[in-house]
This record gives sequence, structure tokens and C-alpha cells, in this order.
Amino acid sequence: MAEKTLQGYRGIGAEVLRRHGASVWSEVEIESSKGSFRGIILPRSETSDDRHIVLKLSSGYNIGITADSVVGITIQGRREAHYKIPEKQFPVDPAKPNVILLGTGGTIASRLDYRSGAVIPAFSPGELYGSVPELADICNLTTEKLFGVFSENMGPEQYKVLANRIGEAIANGVHGVVIGHGTDTMHHTSAVLSFMVQGSPVPIVMVGSQRSSDRPSSDAAINLINAVKAAAEGDIAEVLVCMFGPTSDEYCLLHRGTRVRKMHSSYRSTFRTIGDTPLAMIDPKRIRALRSEYHRRRTDRQVKINTAFEEKVTILYYYPNMLPDMVDAIVEKGYRGIIIAGTGLGHVNKPLYPALERATAAGVHIYMTVQTLWGYTQMYVYETGREIMKLGVVPAANMLPEVAYMKLCWTLGQTDDRDEVARIMLTPICDETTDREPYNGYLIYQGAIPEIQKFLRSVHR
Amino acid sequence: MAIPFKPLSLMTAEDYANIGLKCGLEIHQQLLTERKLFCRCPAGRYSSDYDAEILRHMRPTLSELGEYDGTALMEKKTRKNIYYRIHQDTVCTYEMDDTPPFFMDDTALDIALEIGLLLRLNMVGELHIARKQYLDGSIPTGFQRTTIVGVDGWIPYKGRRIGIRQLGLEEDACREVSDIGHDRVFLTDRLGMPLVEPVTEPDMRTPQETAEVAQVLHMLCRSTGKVRTGYGAARQDVNVSVAGGTRVEIKGVPQISRIPGLVYNEAMRQCALLGIRSKLKEKGITPETLQFSVQDVTRIAAQTDYEPIRRGLATGWQVKCVCLKGFAGILSEPTQENTIFAKEFSDRVRVIACLTQLPNIIHSDTATEALPARTWKDLRRKMRAAPQDALVLVWGDEGDTTTACSEIALRAKEATQGVPNDTRQALRDGTNGFERVLPGAERMYPDTDLPPLMVGEQRLERIATRLPEYVWDRQSRYREMGLPEDVIVPLCISPRAEVFQRIVDELEINPVFVAVVLCQRMKSFRRRDLRPERLTDDEIYEVFRRYARGELAREGVIRVFKHILRKQDATVGEGSRVEAAIAELEFQPLPADRLPARISGAVQVANDGRFPTTEKKYRSLMGVLMKDLLGCVDGNRLAHELRQKLNLGGRMENGKWRMENGEWRMENETPVGGPLL
Repeated sequence: MAEKTLQGYRGIGAEVLRRHGASVWSEVEIESSKGSFRGIILPRSETSDDRHIVLKLSSGYNIGITADSVVGITIQGRREAHYKIPEKQFPVDPAKPNVILLGTGGTIASRLDYRSGAVIPAFSPGELYGSVPELADICNLTTEKLFGVFSENMGPEQYKVLANRIGEAIANGVHGVVIGHGTDTMHHTSAVLSFMVQGSPVPIVMVGSQRSSDRPSSDAAINLINAVKAAAEGDIAEVLVCMFGPTSDEYCLLHRGTRVRKMHSSYRSTFRTIGDTPLAMIDPKRIRALRSEYHRRRTDRQVKINTAFEEKVTILYYYPNMLPDMVDAIVEKGYRGIIIAGTGLGHVNKPLYPALERATAAGVHIYMTVQTLWGYTQMYVYETGREIMKLGVVPAANMLPEVAYMKLCWTLGQTDDRDEVARIMLTPICDETTDREPYNGYLIYQGAIPEIQKFLRSVHR
Repeated sequence: MAIPFKPLSLMTAEDYANIGLKCGLEIHQQLLTERKLFCRCPAGRYSSDYDAEILRHMRPTLSELGEYDGTALMEKKTRKNIYYRIHQDTVCTYEMDDTPPFFMDDTALDIALEIGLLLRLNMVGELHIARKQYLDGSIPTGFQRTTIVGVDGWIPYKGRRIGIRQLGLEEDACREVSDIGHDRVFLTDRLGMPLVEPVTEPDMRTPQETAEVAQVLHMLCRSTGKVRTGYGAARQDVNVSVAGGTRVEIKGVPQISRIPGLVYNEAMRQCALLGIRSKLKEKGITPETLQFSVQDVTRIAAQTDYEPIRRGLATGWQVKCVCLKGFAGILSEPTQENTIFAKEFSDRVRVIACLTQLPNIIHSDTATEALPARTWKDLRRKMRAAPQDALVLVWGDEGDTTTACSEIALRAKEATQGVPNDTRQALRDGTNGFERVLPGAERMYPDTDLPPLMVGEQRLERIATRLPEYVWDRQSRYREMGLPEDVIVPLCISPRAEVFQRIVDELEINPVFVAVVLCQRMKSFRRRDLRPERLTDDEIYEVFRRYARGELAREGVIRVFKHILRKQDATVGEGSRVEAAIAELEFQPLPADRLPARISGAVQVANDGRFPTTEKKYRSLMGVLMKDLLGCVDGNRLAHELRQKLNLGGRMENGKWRMENGEWRMENETPVGGPLL
């Protein structure tokens, strides 16, 4: 463990600093075989090598100096940085709706972490008001930091805490709930919350950002403003994802928690509704509904919370030449549910059949989804599909694989009865399966096509 | 400190010393790479055509040390809609900040290290990429990725040293298309291209020195042969201050020749602003005692015929008046050539309140021009203004006029303090205008997307062993070789300097001939759009090698180059292009013993009494023979032998010949300029 005064420095770097009596935040002049350098010694990221010393120059630039080239260090003073978002008391207006922001982590609010050299979440109403004062025009905001994890570290433990906390907040009379969340698994959480929290009288809006809030072009502020607006004023009382809509800074989209998916590793407009249209467009001026069928806001305080969850469920992403022992291994390890992401309309190869049969015989619940993401499993179309169904694999209509995974976890947390599991799985709770797919539910326009180019030139997408 | 400013041409070094002028430079020089710095888009491809437009807004963020940058806050006030025009061929999702950066382009880093070593910098051991905030929208991320390659170097200049504070390696910004009202439009083709930025210490003392040092730095970068050339490939920022003044940055000067005028005007402006501060102080106006008031005067102003206001009112705008207590006369104080202090207000209103249509203010120091005396009287009554007070009127919508009035008050307060910290834009007429508040170190933030990058010893050593000769050494060596003055500088900074040296060293050809071909001929090819940069160094060497072996005549050298460039299909392998060109041109060197016979034949035909003088006969025959023997025989040798044949003497022996409109002419040498270093 590094000493506090040598934050992040190890090996030769730490030794050189120690030898010359310097520490992190010392204002120094370093004499080296490469010439002399003046500045403040900064902490070093723990994942960086141990052979360099980081210096902040008076111009604001940082540079690294090779530790073993250092001949002498003259210490001239000390200047410690305190990275702090200016905090301001969030104003309270009795006429405005009350919104609670539950923090789970992610980049919606973040600051620099010297230890890892990356950004870490920071978050309080005061900080948020200091950096996004527009929020005070919309609501009275309270915040609660439930966890500080990157979204890949979210799991059942967090889902349960979150669902219960939402239930309490609703009972306490909030007009809307906003959940700050990392974007990577936001759609997993939105799916499981759609099942764990049912019949909410108020909007439950998940929000995050693709560009951290320490960048001037961050989408954090605009996403947050819109999410808070959706929670405070919106009429859609469901679990929603509120994220950047087009490439331009124009509006956000409100997606249904069970039909949304992160579709790009870095784009701001990464969240897309799959196999359906988004519920609404939202900007700081207005909420424009794109559909009329949704659960409307109510004034009562009734909500059903059910946090059941079985962890022994997996997604099997099928590929050609998958060997049957994959399925056997899953069963052997005691898994109780498998979601297959099959090819086309929901297919796997023939050699897998006996393994699937063995699995269902062992009481494993197997549901079929499609890796095409868009479209339905229609296993009766081809002979293959019918044969697979006969093995006990149940088609899950147009449920997205991750959503099916969350629903099976949730279902198996409640029952092991084959028919009951199937009944729960196949009865839609919040459009995780839909009866019909609108023609414009599958729109991925392709660049370079003249009419698309014409559209892109005239409309700020 | 009211110093009467003489015209620029009469100012002496002593005059500048008296006002304590100090200048520094930041040169932005694009590097010649195939790709952009942090993504794989092609570099150097420009087009104002675009496929799509993307809208963005910027928000200020905190610096690493937890402070807001003043410029960032200023830009926030402007509430700009930023539109980016993007073209599929030049921009990817990285430039639009929808994809994190890729690793830095290796070639760009090598070039930057090379320039760093040439500047004798203390090179850093590990590069840390920083984000330098730019909220004006010129970069969609809101920051420029930039890194320091080395610090504390120097270059020689007229027997002294000019300090080089640092060398940055960074990505270029967008090109601005327009900035009207709250809408600013950018082209993104240039965005992300690698450039180096050497920053000097404020070691220059006169406008001329500043321009000359810029020239030296420019030549040093060019001498590597690895930087871009052409309009906009190198842009200068000039930092200017006078004693008691402030460092002011004049941004984006595209031509070095404009530097002296800009420095002169800024020096004058700073002296004038200091003079204004003293005058205000004499009147008892200090930052603490400054008084002003603002009122809506739409009703009074509505009576006017003044077109700009009338037009505004017609669109539902309002007119506001700022009364500045005790400021009468100050607004008409001259600050730059043909510029008065009121322009400082107008500039701020234009940039920050986005009232971009000029005129955007009128004021009581030039009272009669815009409004009738009666209106001014009404305004004075309404504002409770005394004769010694100044009134400034602005018009626009509610939000913009509110911003405008507070900016006017802010600028008035700054007048009581001296010279504000500005970044200023260079204007065509040599004056400058407000661009933004000068950003400070607060705008720097470490880039968390990329880990630090070690610059290994071996890499530096590899580059150090291949450093080009210092441009000033090269210059004096060329002079010793006897190269004409007008090719020395172009050749010093030409990417062909290396092949020139190889040819001269290895082939023992007269350096003057090689230099003239590589500079002047290539220049004329460029003028004719033949793009001589398509010739490889090896091809050039090969052509001269054949010349040296007597396989090509002087004129043949030019013709072969031209032929290669004119041929559209460049698919033939290198080297063979030269061979193919010679074959296609049917250049067969004429054996020396056959030349007299060809000359005699031609002379015989011309002996029909057509020519009044032998000199005229000579000229005509030269034309005929050169056309015939082009590429097969050396023009000078032909001229020499023909003159002997005609008994004209050998005066033209050392002349250079050139074809112009089908006639052969002697080339005049025009030596210009003297040594800079």
C-alpha cells in the first residue's frame, strides 16, 4: 500500500520522491538529465508504471518525468488540489413536485479519480444544483446515494434494495423517481425493475450519460434535466429509460423499460427501443407522447413490490457448431433456467436436441429468444422449430434476451412449477412481449442511400 | 501615460522600449500525416460540402483543480447553438465525440519529437494527454486533446536567444463558417488534424522582431519536410503586452506579414486603455466608485428614424440604455488606428450578447449621428444623466439586451482597471477585435480516456540521429555553394532539401542547376496545377542521375518531370516512370560529334537573307534547333556552338534558358532579401 504522501507512486518513482523529501502536491523544481522542470507533483494512477513522476506545469499541462533521470528535487512549497463541484443549497418550492433521485453510480455525475486515473461518480443535491441549476426550475429534488458502483457490478442485491427503496419513496408521496445508473446494464435494471415494481402511480425514470459530466459536451446534464422533467411532470407511470435521442442535442427519448437496449458502445444516442416505437420525446420545453397506450400517472400511493430473484439462470448465445456439452455443463452446475438466444426465428442445431431434452427432464426451464433482437420466435414455421418445442423449449415471442433473462430470474424466484412459470413468463407485465410489431418498430436507416443522405442533410438527426 | 503614437513606419526600437512592449508567439503548424491525431480519418482533405448537420450545446465544467475557467463561463452566457457540418469522408464518430479516442498517431508524434529536438527542448519522459477547454464550439467535445512534448528550449535570433517555453502536440479545431446571432456554424474537415504548437517566451521587443522570429520558427518547422504547407497550415497567435498592461492574445494570424501591424495596434490600444484609466481616475472613477444605470427606453427610441433601431423595433425588439456616470468623452477616445473606445463595448455586445448585426450600439459621444438632439435630450432626462455622463443604447430581444447591458457595465468597470485579459481576433485592417476572455490554466483537465504514453529513450535517439540540419546552418551552407538568394529560403524549407543534398553530394552536378529545378521549376509546375509533390524523391534523384551520366540534357530533365506529372496514370512502378517518360519523349542523347553537322545544316537553310542581323538569325536558329534537339543536347552547349558558328562570341555561355510561349529566352536572376539569421 502506498503512503498517503506518495499517492499512487511505487517502485523507483516512490523511491526517488522519498530520497529527495518530496511528496504529492509539493511545488518543485526537478533537475534531471533531460533538463529542469518546474511544477506541482501530482498523484499517480495505480495502473500506470512506476518509472515516471507526474508534474503539473503552471500552464496547466501535466507531464511525466522519467524517475531514474532525476538528479535533484528542490521543494518550493505545497499546493493541494481539492476537486470539488461547487455546492449550493437546492432551493425548495412548495408549488413544485417532489422528485427523488436515487444514485447507483455511473457517469451521470462524476469527478476525477487520481488513484485509477479514471472518473468516479460524485453526487449530492448541492453538487447537482451547482452544476445543473436548471433542475430547480422543475422540482424539489432530494437525492439518496444507494450504491456507488459501475453498472456492470449491479446485481440482485442492488435490484432488491432499489425496488424496495422505490416502494418506500412512492409510499412517502414522491411525484416521481429518477434513478442515476451506469449505461452498460441500464436496460437490465430497467427490465428487472419493471417486474419487481408493478403498478406504480408515478414515473420511475432511469438515466445515465455516455459522456462523463466533466466534459463540456457531456450528455449528462441534458439527460438529467429531461429525466427529472419526465419524473416530475410526465404522465407515463412506468419504469422508463430517459436517454439522448438523436446525434444532435435536440431531445431525449423515453423508452419502455422492457423494450429498450443499449446498442452502441459509445454513441450518446445508444439506447433504442427494439421492435416497437419509443413512448415519448422530451426536451426541457415539452414532453411529446409518441404513443397513447401506457400506464398513466395516478394520485394514489399503491404499488406492488416483488423482489423475488433466482440467480441460477443463464443466457446461452447460440452459434453454429455449439456442442451439446455446453448445455450439459449448465445443467450439471445446477442452473434452473436457460434463455437461449437462437438464430433466425429461434433455432439451434440438431446435435443439441438430446442435451436440451436431458435439461428439461432435469427440471430446467428453457425459453427461446432471438439473437436478431428484432422479431418474434416463430418456431412452428420450420420443422426444426417444431422439433425444438417438442423438447420442452418454450418460445418467448418477441421478448429481448436480456429481458427474458431478468423475467425468468424473477419468475423462478417465485415458483418452480412448470405451468406456473410458463404462465408468468408468457403473460406480459409491461410489454416485454407484444401482440403486434408496428411497421416502424424496426428502423435502422443505412447511410449513403440518397434519400437517407437527403434526410440527414436537412434534419438534425 | 499618454504616449503620442507615431505611424507604424516611424516607430523605433526606442519608442517600443519606452512603452515596455513585450511579445511572444504561439505557432500552430499542421503536420504532414496521413491520418488525424486520435482517429483514423484522413488528414488534409478539405471540402466545404457536407452530408449532415449536427447540433450541440456546451456547458462549462470544472478544472482538475476544481475551478471554473472564465472563458468557459463567458461562452455559457452566449447561449450558442453550435452546428457541425460533417462529411462522411473526413469525419467519423470520434470527432463528433461519440467514440473515445484511439491511440495517438505515431507519425505525428515522431514529427513533434523531431521539432522538439530541433528547438533544444527538455523532452518529457511520458506524455500526458490533456483536455484544453474550448466552449466556443470549435471542437465538438468542448475541449482540444493536447500534450506537452518538451519544455524550455531556445532558438538563435540575430545573435541572441529566444526562449521556447514549450512544444505542444494537439488536434486542430473546426473551421468556422458563420456566427450570426445565437447560431454558429462549423465545418469539421480540419478537425482532429495533428499540429504542433511551439510557444515562445515573451522575448520579442518590436513588431518587426516578432514577425521575424515567427519566420524563423516557421522555417524550422518546414525544414523537417514533414509539415503541411499552404493557406491555414500554419497560424500564429501573438501575445502582446506593454508596461502596466496585460498579456493579450491575438489569435489565428494566417500570414506573418500581418504581424507587425497587429502588434503595433495592440500596443497602441493598451497604451490608450491605460490612458483612459488615468483619465477616469482623475475624475474620481475607480472600480469601487463606478456608477451606472440601465433602463428600457424603447418608447423614446421608437420616435427615431435611425434605420437599425427601426428595423429592430419592427421585429418586436426593445431598446435599452446604459448610463455610465462620468464617462462622457471617454467613448470617443482613440484606441487603435481608426478605432475608438466605444468599439470595446460594441465588440462585447456582439460576441457575448450575440447581437451580431452592426451597428449594435450607439452612444452619446457621437450623439448627433444617429438620433436627433431632441431624442438624446429625452433620453438624458429619462436616465437622469448629467452632461458628463455617457449613454449607450443597445437593441435586441429581452435576453440579449439584458446580457448586453451587463456586459457594457462590466467593460466599463474594466476600463477603470486597465487592460482586460482578452483573446482578440486579427482583423484585415491590422486592428483587432474582442474574441473571448483569455483562458487560464483552469481550462486544463487530464484526459481520462487515454493512459499516459511513455516516450522511450530509443525512440528519441532514433529521431535524434536523423535530425535535419538546422535551417540557419543550411542557409549559410547554401549561400557558400553559391545558390541564388531567391532559392535559398525556399530550398531550406522545402521537403526536397534532403534529395537536393543527396544529388549534389553523390552526383556532382552544379548545385545551382539542381536548386533552380527543385524550387523554381517545381513552383511553376505547381502554378500550372501539375502537383509536383507527386514526384518521389527517388524519381527526382533518378532523373538527375541520368543527367549526370549524360543520358539527358538540361532541358530534358524538366521535360521528363513534366511528362511524368502530365501523364494521368501513375500506376507504373516508381523508377520505371522515369524510364517510360524518357522512352515516350524519344530522348536520345545526341553524340557530341554529330552536333556540328546538325548546326551546319540549319545554318545553311537560314542563309537566305531573311534576317537583318546575325543576332536575330541566331535567335531564330536557336528556337528551331532547340525544338528539334530538346532533351538530346544541352541548351548551353548548343548556344555556345551556334554562336561560334555564327561568329557571335560566347557571351551566353553561362545563361539559363527557358521556353516561354514557344520561344527560348534567357532567364533573369532576381536576387531578393538578405539574411535573417
